[in-house]
Amino acid sequence: MVKDQEYLKSKASYCLDLAKKLGATGSSVTVGHSISETVNFRNNTLDESNRSDGLAISIETYLGKKRSSISSSNLLDDNIKTLIEKCFETTKNTPEDEFNSLPDKELLAKEIKNLNLYDETHFDNEKKIDYLKELESVASSEEKIVNTESSFTENKSNFILANSDGFCNGYKSSSFSASCVTVAKDENSMERDYEFTSKRHLSDIKGAKELGEKASEQTIRKLSPNKIGSEKISIIFDKRIAKGMLGAFAGAISSNAIARGTSFLKDKINEQIFSETINVIDKPDMNKGVGSQIFDSEGVKSDTLNLIQNGILKNYLVDTYNGKKLNLKSNGRCGGTTNLYFDNGKISFEDLLKINSKHIYVTETIGHGSNLVTGDYSVGATGFLIENGEFKFPVNEITIAGNFKDMFKNITLASDLDFEYSVNSPTMMIEGMTVAGK
Amino acid sequence: MSNFFDKSDLSRKDADKIVSDTLLNCDDGELYLEDTKSESILLDDNKIKSSSYSSDLGFGFRAITGEVVAYSHSNEISKDSLKKSSENLKSTLKSMKGTYNHDISRSNKKFYEDINPLEQKTLNSKLEVLNKVNEYLRKKDNSVKQVTTSFAGEQKSIEIIRSGGEVLTDVRPLIRFNVSVMLEKNGRKETGVYGIGGRQSYDEYLKNDNWKTVCEEAFRIASVNLESKPAPAGEMKVVLGPGWPAILIHEAIGHGLEGDFNRKKTSAFHDLMGQKVASEGVTIVDDGTIDNRRGSLTIDDEGTPTEKTVLIENGILKNFMQDRLNARLMNTKSTGSGRRENYRHVVLPRMRNTMMLSGNQTQEEMIKSVDKGIFAVSFGGGQVDITSGKFVFNCTEAYEINNGKIGSPIKGATLIGDGPSILKEVSMVGNDMMLDPGIGTCGKAGQGVPVGVAQPSILIDKMTVGGTKL
Repeated sequence: MVKDQEYLKSKASYCLDLAKKLGATGSSVTVGHSISETVNFRNNTLDESNRSDGLAISIETYLGKKRSSISSSNLLDDNIKTLIEKCFETTKNTPEDEFNSLPDKELLAKEIKNLNLYDETHFDNEKKIDYLKELESVASSEEKIVNTESSFTENKSNFILANSDGFCNGYKSSSFSASCVTVAKDENSMERDYEFTSKRHLSDIKGAKELGEKASEQTIRKLSPNKIGSEKISIIFDKRIAKGMLGAFAGAISSNAIARGTSFLKDKINEQIFSETINVIDKPDMNKGVGSQIFDSEGVKSDTLNLIQNGILKNYLVDTYNGKKLNLKSNGRCGGTTNLYFDNGKISFEDLLKINSKHIYVTETIGHGSNLVTGDYSVGATGFLIENGEFKFPVNEITIAGNFKDMFKNITLASDLDFEYSVNSPTMMIEGMTVAGK
Repeated sequence: MSNFFDKSDLSRKDADKIVSDTLLNCDDGELYLEDTKSESILLDDNKIKSSSYSSDLGFGFRAITGEVVAYSHSNEISKDSLKKSSENLKSTLKSMKGTYNHDISRSNKKFYEDINPLEQKTLNSKLEVLNKVNEYLRKKDNSVKQVTTSFAGEQKSIEIIRSGGEVLTDVRPLIRFNVSVMLEKNGRKETGVYGIGGRQSYDEYLKNDNWKTVCEEAFRIASVNLESKPAPAGEMKVVLGPGWPAILIHEAIGHGLEGDFNRKKTSAFHDLMGQKVASEGVTIVDDGTIDNRRGSLTIDDEGTPTEKTVLIENGILKNFMQDRLNARLMNTKSTGSGRRENYRHVVLPRMRNTMMLSGNQTQEEMIKSVDKGIFAVSFGGGQVDITSGKFVFNCTEAYEINNGKIGSPIKGATLIGDGPSILKEVSMVGNDMMLDPGIGTCGKAGQGVPVGVAQPSILIDKMTVGGTKL
């Protein structure tokens, strides 16, 4: 069982009291406990079971504008005492920073809305095994599939965040996730692909059969790929890759990158950075949302933000420290975005494929080719060649490159958004990028 | 050395008994105890942005029978908690029976000292160095707009208790010093990053004002990039500089030669043992035994002493990297490559210091031989798809080559290639092998471990460069 609020609260207040006794002018502490159980299958047999039980504590102490932090997994009172003493000693010796501060009291979350983030159902290992057996038997039923690996993880966690201004809140959350990776082989090639599901509640995850079928189908269609020539061509990003564009966008509008001046979106507030049809929303209070939160990692209440409205940048993601630096109020985004998504476009998936007579449809990218300082983007890709709206053949060993500043302005979105992950996008087309191949 | 039992109701005797009892009918397994103290101090935007310390203590208990691994970990070292883990392992393996392999090789060699780098230098003297770095770079040139510099250090003590009471221990220091600088000129911004580190004290790396060298290198890379032009797109010849660009070997070849992917036959190399996989003259080793290197280990995380494993000798595939589990199932022996990020993770076969050895050509000859291509001097991260063999890495410093001469610097571009065939495209191997500066972290299955790489300059006849200029 995951530790209850009372236990976590008692640890948290022990820390705050101790810090105060030592002379700290402010302090904040997070105590969390998490239990997860994973079962892995490979080629229709049990491969691994893994149980993880972890407590964690992190403490920040302030002396005026001086600050330092410690973290530990050892919650014995003795150890905590030694660590807080060490932490405060370091605080005293750290130079002042005028922007160091606990969050403004009036911004702290007051009420804890129930967003249904916790499902107490326990899906024991025997049941996980049954799920994976069915999944793998479906996934491996096609002759071309030569290897399957699948996994089921159940996680329950609880935490308390408390600070010396009287904030003391936390809540339980859970997640259930299953994944399946399949390898297919033919006379020309060996390819791998996957399918994945993760939800707060057990009853919402995809069925074993659906997951296995999808993984197998997605892998087999990649067999015998071709390399293509280098050219400028419009690219369609599968949903699972399209959401990555939002990740890069979120990184570039984090108040940290803006305050440091290391973002290509610095000073772009109220400017057109996407085409007029594009809206980007970050919504923390989605019922059962995978990325939902009631407050951020400093305790600041998080509200829905329209980050991009009709293509115009409306908000940065602001935490307390960088907010003070930029003269902005925290909008509860310390720790980043919550449930981030592109609003649906106006055109169906099928019609998107027909906009141009030829596209590359990208299903996977590899490499870390996003430079948020300059906006340059270059990654390895695999996918399919599409002609006249139809999938022609698989393509691999190509790269795609462009600059986010141009790419963002050339996005067309389909109307097939759904909320599978914490970051979601409809299928996306971007024109004017360069493909490098032969 | 940590004493894992002095503040616990669990005695060493209890632990021995629970371990032996749990592993009675298993093929292998151990109790792994770990105590890590780590710190990080970061200067950014003219200020000490963070100063943090972390202490992490816990155990991971593993039981293996046949191909099935049962694992349970916790950060509570107590009788109760270990018993709970034991029951969990037993229930997973209840219907199986194995024979415990007590064999484990021993060695007295050590590749680093039992030091605690965190305590060998005071906080104030660390802050002083970071402030000096910031001032030095900001005074150096008007174009310097942002400086980030940091120290990270840790001491990890581990103890492995095997069935029958055999105990193996190791104390591992690790430090890293990093400088990142952003320049702005004529409306363009570029960053340069450089770092050094390894398994020694901070002062070993900072003697003789060595921090200045790190600053200069970061500044030089950023300056080069300010002048960079769009990179070409398409297939061409690529000359790789010595040292850190060996990340190519790590991604393209290294991962595909890890035992687990080959036992499971998901690696493109699984049926190529003894065959020619690289041009003649290409020899690649994975070596855990170089003194004080970031990727070196006295013993691996299963207790096996590390070694220098020859992976490819003169073009022929000779060995895979093995941990105990995959070695047993593939009928060979562990190469001391069993590693884990920490007690929360299972052991996997991993790289240590992966190196291509020197040949006898010069970098000059390579450049001269190229009509149209690129010269890549430094890289950011890389990644590989083990199954299809395709790998990428991102240039952070590269130049055009035109008619045998180095031309303008080019913007960061991704290079993509095919692992099993890339080494056959190596047509020249340089005489200038160099180790990387001690900055690599390799990710696999969500676990990051410190690694090293090394290589001489090499010429690759054909690779796809992912630029924007057609």
